[in-house]
Amino acid sequence: MSPLSTVAPPTVKKTSSVGSRLRGGARYAPTLATLVLFILMFVVGAGMYPSFLSGQVLLNLFIDNTFLIVLAVGMTFVIITGGIDLSVGAVVALSMMVTATMLQNGWNPAMVILAVLVIGGGLGLLMGMVIQYFDIQPFIVTLAGMFLARGLCYVISLDSISVTDPFFTSMAQARIPLSEELFISPGVLIALVVVGLAFFILHHTRFGRTVYAIGGNENSAMLMGLAVKSTKILVYCVSGLCSAIAGILFSFYSLSGYSLAAQGMELDAIAAVVIGGTLLTGGVGYVLGSVVGVLVLGIVQTFIAYDGTLSSWWTKIVIGGLLLVFILLQRLFTRRTA
Amino acid sequence: MNELVPVVEMTDIAIGFPGVKALDDVSFRLFQGEVHALMGENGAGKSTLIKALTGVYTIDSGRITVLGQQKNFSTPAESQAAGISTVYQEVNLCTNLTVEENVMLGREPRRRGSIDWRAVRARTREVLAQLHLEHVEPGSLLSEHSIAVQQLIAIARSVEVNAKVLILDEPTSSLDADEVSQLFRVIRDLRDRGVAILFVSHFLEQVYELSDRMTVLRNGKLVGEYMTRDLSRMNLISKMIGKDLEVLEELDQASTRSQARLAANAQPFLETAGLGRKGSVSNVNLSIYPGEVVGLAGLLGAGRTETARLLFGADKADEGSIKIKGEPLKMRSPRTAIDHGIGFCSEDRKEEGLIGDLTVRDNLVLAMQATKGWARRIPRRVQDELVAEFIEALDIRPANPDALIRNLSGGNQQKVLLARWMVTSPDLLILDEPTRGIDIGAKTQIQKLVNRLASEGMSIVFISSELEEVLRLSDRIAIIKDRAMVADISNDDVSVEDVLTVIAGGA
Repeated sequence: MSPLSTVAPPTVKKTSSVGSRLRGGARYAPTLATLVLFILMFVVGAGMYPSFLSGQVLLNLFIDNTFLIVLAVGMTFVIITGGIDLSVGAVVALSMMVTATMLQNGWNPAMVILAVLVIGGGLGLLMGMVIQYFDIQPFIVTLAGMFLARGLCYVISLDSISVTDPFFTSMAQARIPLSEELFISPGVLIALVVVGLAFFILHHTRFGRTVYAIGGNENSAMLMGLAVKSTKILVYCVSGLCSAIAGILFSFYSLSGYSLAAQGMELDAIAAVVIGGTLLTGGVGYVLGSVVGVLVLGIVQTFIAYDGTLSSWWTKIVIGGLLLVFILLQRLFTRRTA
Repeated sequence: MNELVPVVEMTDIAIGFPGVKALDDVSFRLFQGEVHALMGENGAGKSTLIKALTGVYTIDSGRITVLGQQKNFSTPAESQAAGISTVYQEVNLCTNLTVEENVMLGREPRRRGSIDWRAVRARTREVLAQLHLEHVEPGSLLSEHSIAVQQLIAIARSVEVNAKVLILDEPTSSLDADEVSQLFRVIRDLRDRGVAILFVSHFLEQVYELSDRMTVLRNGKLVGEYMTRDLSRMNLISKMIGKDLEVLEELDQASTRSQARLAANAQPFLETAGLGRKGSVSNVNLSIYPGEVVGLAGLLGAGRTETARLLFGADKADEGSIKIKGEPLKMRSPRTAIDHGIGFCSEDRKEEGLIGDLTVRDNLVLAMQATKGWARRIPRRVQDELVAEFIEALDIRPANPDALIRNLSGGNQQKVLLARWMVTSPDLLILDEPTRGIDIGAKTQIQKLVNRLASEGMSIVFISSELEEVLRLSDRIAIIKDRAMVADISNDDVSVEDVLTVIAGGA
């Protein structure tokens, strides 16, 4: 039996009724619904615009959203524990500012990346510790973290700083060919490695299972003798690290640092996670679902770009609508299993 | 009995919380291969003692030794590492995870840094088989299973670690009879395998069925340790409530009120048949006539408040029926009860009854305004008259309608609460512990008031932990035991001992 099957519903159940089998599968319902929605949108798009039906359109969804995928991965950890991290967008901007400034001052790109990871992870760790030791709502602590990170951006510079470092520009322009017509960017590879790593951590390590247990019932997890405290702190560190990685990926993508960048990106990340089937109350969710969530957001954007007549703000309205539908779906689902 | 070294020995344990001494020099021993019942009323310190042993609370003073080694637990993980496992009343597992994860969480076998899910499943099957739970699929979600199975899975978790000590805190409170016997079979199995089991239950019969030895606590103090077979149920109860039977006898003054007026009333105001709710209380058969005081007697936690909540619709009954004045009624919510003339003074007057930041006047008018609907405000003049009347009638002090409720003494708060219901002149008033925690003077006043209301034709359900008070006031006594109503006796010359005999189950 493959390791994956433990998180999948058991295929053979001797004793359980059809009803309970359905309920067992119900935890995948929101994620599956998102996947179906994504495929549907792709098919509809192909019907409306012939050029939509190309592998590259699909790959571009990844290329244009590498940073959001990584952010959503970190956010998934936090939301599964029942928390929230509002600081991620600001930490992305801070990472970009730090990257751009350090490169401008002639630092080695490797040192720059290391520094950004330390800053992002450190900020996350700090917020996690405040949340845990002072028992403060994650909403408030990460809101404060958001203001702090955004404020630091302005301290560094009010203007946009462009990145001219050869390593960064080569990463921005590099194309990894998959076939004669299809290609991806190095950023996509990095994002996929992060997703794979996160999947492994969540499903095949004790830390990952503790994340789920905390989301299910924190008190129970504590009484079972699990490492609740350190796990709760570490998920914010993971989210901070992911924000830093996303910041670097965004730098690869935009080749600049700007204080106002990634405004509201934390909300996009939360939307992607929720649309991907993670319950805001915690305990249920999958990183792969969050990736599909990001792709759904991406395809909505592509749609509106293809249409050409709609203002890009329609993206926001559609995403808002989708989010509402998914929250309602979740409510229905949790009510049934409660 | 193995009288060698106890598996667990707790000596002179003290734990205090601000303003309360939860445990005061309590000692406790637990031997291998025995089921040891920890007995006491609510608030006696049972939970605190358990939490001290499981590392949830840190002890202020005293000594805990496990297998001869002194331990200083400050987290549940440390206690578990010492071989102590606990199954709490509200099953402390994660319902969002699978059965196998709940059994193995935190101890999953790993191979090259990754959890070996195949080994997890195999080990879970092994453990479940030991508990006769072969039918439970390890990969199914915990939430798919009944509370009883979840409880057994929690036990499976402790079997998995080869726990030396298993603590079961009220494991049977939400199980039905079959589930209880399945649980007991598992417990006896474990005991025979040498596990020391600490068992806490409000159900006396279960304690006598299962336990070998018991320790009785009262008000955070140790009363004593006894072999179950040497301690009669009567003696156990008197040790739990802390009064000798003879003393209880003296306090009892049989109700002197005439029963004659009951004869004229053929129609009971409220009748219930087999009323109950799963996990709460069952088999409530009451007939309450106008002008009658029905006392609910039973140990704390036996199901008295639960009965009251069913009658008032605060909890929805899932079996049996209620009739009011002969008409069947679906008691959907307290609203329904109030509409049909039922009032309920909660046991917890601070949390569920009064609104501390409003004045005496506001609190008094609240219930009446609610019955009138919010749109029609009661004129200030009428309010003033009513409030003045009740302040005088009930001798509420200070006699100031604008005093804030939270500044009043407990007894006076209780009077306001009573007055609040009297304003609406209900046909039936349920009083849950109306005299608890108030001084003797106010207590007598409230008792007199109950008498007066009944003689004016109001039906009253009176709940109190003080048996003598119940006997003094009630015309009839319904006895609640082990979360079911077991007897309904007319209070003519009933003694405290008679009631205790019923509670003890005729032993």
